[in-house]
Amino acid sequence: MTAAIKRPGWIRGALGALAAAAFGFGLVLALRAISDLPLYQTEQTGYPHLIVPLILAPLGFLAGFGCFDYWLRWAAGMPTIPEDHSQHGAKSWKDYFRFNTDHKVIGIQYICTTFFFFFIGGLMAMLIRAELAQPGTQIVDAATYNSLFSTHAVLMIFVFVIPVFAGIANYVLPLMIGAPDMAFPRLNALSFWMLPLAGLLFIGSFLAPGGAFDAGWTGYAPLSTGAPLGQSFFNLGVQFAGASSIATALNFLVTIIVMRAPGMTFWRMPLLVWANLSTSLLVVAATPFIAGAQFMVLFDRILHTNFFDFAAGGDVISYQHIFWFYSHPAVYIMMLPGFGIISEVISTHARKPIFGYRLMALALIGIVVLSYSVWAHHMFVAGMFSWLRVPMMLTTLLIAVPTGIKIFSWLGTLYFGKIHTYSTAMLFSLAFIVTFTIGGISGVMLGMVPIDIHVSDTYFIVAHIHFVLFGGSVFTIFAGIYHWFPKMTGRMYDEKLGRVHFWGTVIGTWGTFIPMHWVGMDGMPRRVADYATQFGEWNLLISTFAFILGAVQLVFLYNMVVSWRFGPRAGANPWRANSIEWQVSSPPPIYNFTEIPRVVGGPYEFGVPGAKHAIMAGEGTEAAEKEPSVVGSP
Amino acid sequence: MYGRLPIVKMLAATVALTAAICAVMVPINWDGQQASTAAPKIDDLLTVMIVLSAFVFSLVMVMLFYALWKFKAKPGDESDGEPIHGNTRLEVAWTLIPTVIVLFAGGYSWSVLNDIEEPAENPLTVSVFSQQYAWSFAYPGKDYAWSEGEFHVPVNRQVQFKMHAQDVIHSFWVPEWRIKKDNVPGITTTAIVTPDKVGTYQLICTELCGFGHASMRAKVVVESPAKFREWVADLDQKVPPALMESVTDEQFEPTPVGTGGA
Repeated sequence: MTAAIKRPGWIRGALGALAAAAFGFGLVLALRAISDLPLYQTEQTGYPHLIVPLILAPLGFLAGFGCFDYWLRWAAGMPTIPEDHSQHGAKSWKDYFRFNTDHKVIGIQYICTTFFFFFIGGLMAMLIRAELAQPGTQIVDAATYNSLFSTHAVLMIFVFVIPVFAGIANYVLPLMIGAPDMAFPRLNALSFWMLPLAGLLFIGSFLAPGGAFDAGWTGYAPLSTGAPLGQSFFNLGVQFAGASSIATALNFLVTIIVMRAPGMTFWRMPLLVWANLSTSLLVVAATPFIAGAQFMVLFDRILHTNFFDFAAGGDVISYQHIFWFYSHPAVYIMMLPGFGIISEVISTHARKPIFGYRLMALALIGIVVLSYSVWAHHMFVAGMFSWLRVPMMLTTLLIAVPTGIKIFSWLGTLYFGKIHTYSTAMLFSLAFIVTFTIGGISGVMLGMVPIDIHVSDTYFIVAHIHFVLFGGSVFTIFAGIYHWFPKMTGRMYDEKLGRVHFWGTVIGTWGTFIPMHWVGMDGMPRRVADYATQFGEWNLLISTFAFILGAVQLVFLYNMVVSWRFGPRAGANPWRANSIEWQVSSPPPIYNFTEIPRVVGGPYEFGVPGAKHAIMAGEGTEAAEKEPSVVGSP
Repeated sequence: MYGRLPIVKMLAATVALTAAICAVMVPINWDGQQASTAAPKIDDLLTVMIVLSAFVFSLVMVMLFYALWKFKAKPGDESDGEPIHGNTRLEVAWTLIPTVIVLFAGGYSWSVLNDIEEPAENPLTVSVFSQQYAWSFAYPGKDYAWSEGEFHVPVNRQVQFKMHAQDVIHSFWVPEWRIKKDNVPGITTTAIVTPDKVGTYQLICTELCGFGHASMRAKVVVESPAKFREWVADLDQKVPPALMESVTDEQFEPTPVGTGGA
């Protein structure tokens, strides 16, 4: 038993969480007692005896689980325990529930965790659509409804779309650039383990007195500063998701900059690597703003700092500026990695080099730069300074240019290629071009101030964000999962079930989100539990398609789970792709490469006679001796 | 090395598809009834955008489906495509042409925006007060008359709404007017509108404000100036003293010279 308590793992993690929570609870009570305050403060924005333990318990869990062991020993001058390499890699499903520094294990941990939250968030969407199928109140009351759509959005954004891309890149990116692992494997593992904690805080808010947070995922002050306790769970969950995101982005930046294999120049990097480089540049600079915004709300709630309290001189609109300064770039954080996935899939399945590779990479950087200068387009009717609207409108419209470059270049890649559509990944990529074009068009319309004044905060917005986030990001996520499934698991998924999933998802997406444009323009506001009867038939139609969309995701789940266990063996390179991850076995060996590969050309040289992207171990004569091999993790 | 594309046929298909989409989409009245001078201008902008968007969408669809039809691999064909890495002229074209299009759209929007927000000489000022989950209205120019849950305005005269939120953010939207503005605690926001159609409409709160958000509505009546004056004269409540400091005295009757907004 004592051994189990000393060993990093679930038991020590649970004890750490309990100990930290008890310490926090005791500290608050002790401080209140010596200050002659009532021990328990239970105003809905207060509850310090719950908030402080809630901050400390996740940290206690992480410490107990072993996330900080190496660093703490090193900092204290104690002998550090060398990495127990028997823990590297995963031999059974149980190994995915351990602190593991292998980027491939962490990638799978990310993907499975985020899809868990995807299905929870999806169930909430089903409840939302069930309530909205008819006007009036049927299933949930208005307050619960507000909690449902808020939690749905927060789960999907913070613990599904953003981190699932980090998961896919975690698995694929080091292999792609010929690195044995990420630059900071321990930081990588810590980043992952903060994520389920964030998700649990979001879901756990349903247990709080007053219900889950209900001020929308945007959490506008002062609605959020005065909301019941659940709002604090949101404020805290965002800190863990944000810290996870920032640490991962730093890790990607360093990995991409310093860990590329010899010969892998910037202009030889696959576009997925470019996409994650761009995304990471956004995350490290923008994410601290949402962390700040949520800390300010939390401090307003429990410390009465009055940042956003208008009666005490606070400025309500400043919340929105800080929030959107993150949350607009966040839109691209949720899209750029998908652009990378689409480039890989389309080039491989069209058997053609990417059309205009350098312009594709520059377009990503262009989006990064522009996306910092458009945030106030979410605030055209918010009552901010009116002169800020026109410049923000122009920069917003200009983002359509690099985005258009990407669409046209993918189309150009198809021309004179040999297009194979047997893979579900390719089907999702092609469908993505169509849905994302529509989402982009409605985005341009929203960028135009006079149109935005009319449709802002209506169902038109709901339609637009779901077209770009579901028809955009989630389609690319499916494409990525199908594309790299054989690499990650060593087995093939069932293409027939993949097609059922694909067509169901496409029909469900269009049927659900296209009519929303119209009901929004016609006068239905968003975030309402009830609506005018004139929209009843449209909403019934929308809900019907939403249920199809929801149900067909179960086909995907079945396909993934069963194929992972029983699917036919996939070879190393079932898609005949060029990039390095396909040149190693499926799944790749524990340390990725016996020898670091040497990159000798671009990643998309399909049809170029004699062209090669990388020379792997045992290939060629000069490969091994001349290049210094980079092994081991720092 | 490789064949030529039927560019003329593809462009013709794009134009035909654009025309077909426009034939369906342009006649539809997307935004509903028009009841302010701003509404037709915003709807015209929307129509222009629908035409432009239909063209862009058609171009992408024609390019995509032609490629899928023409360049689909035959079963069993394991060969690679042509090793084409790009075409600088094409890439410059699809950078510059969209830039020109969006800048045109931006300039047009800007001019519409200036147009619909142009202040008239002698507007009617109505103060709007919002709180969870109710709307109230004051006519400071008319002895601080006060109305709850319903307001009237005269037809064909510019109205400037001075808006105040008393607890959280609310948003003022009358879809038929195409005008929306948040009411923000601590500051006064302004919306300008010239109603040009007599009728009864609904004011909708469009910023999430709590559990009663969906039902936070008010009745809007646009009527002749004579009826409007009568309605205001009949109001027997005054602005509550606590809110007086938010209300500035304003002209109520239009001056004979320059009946503003008419």
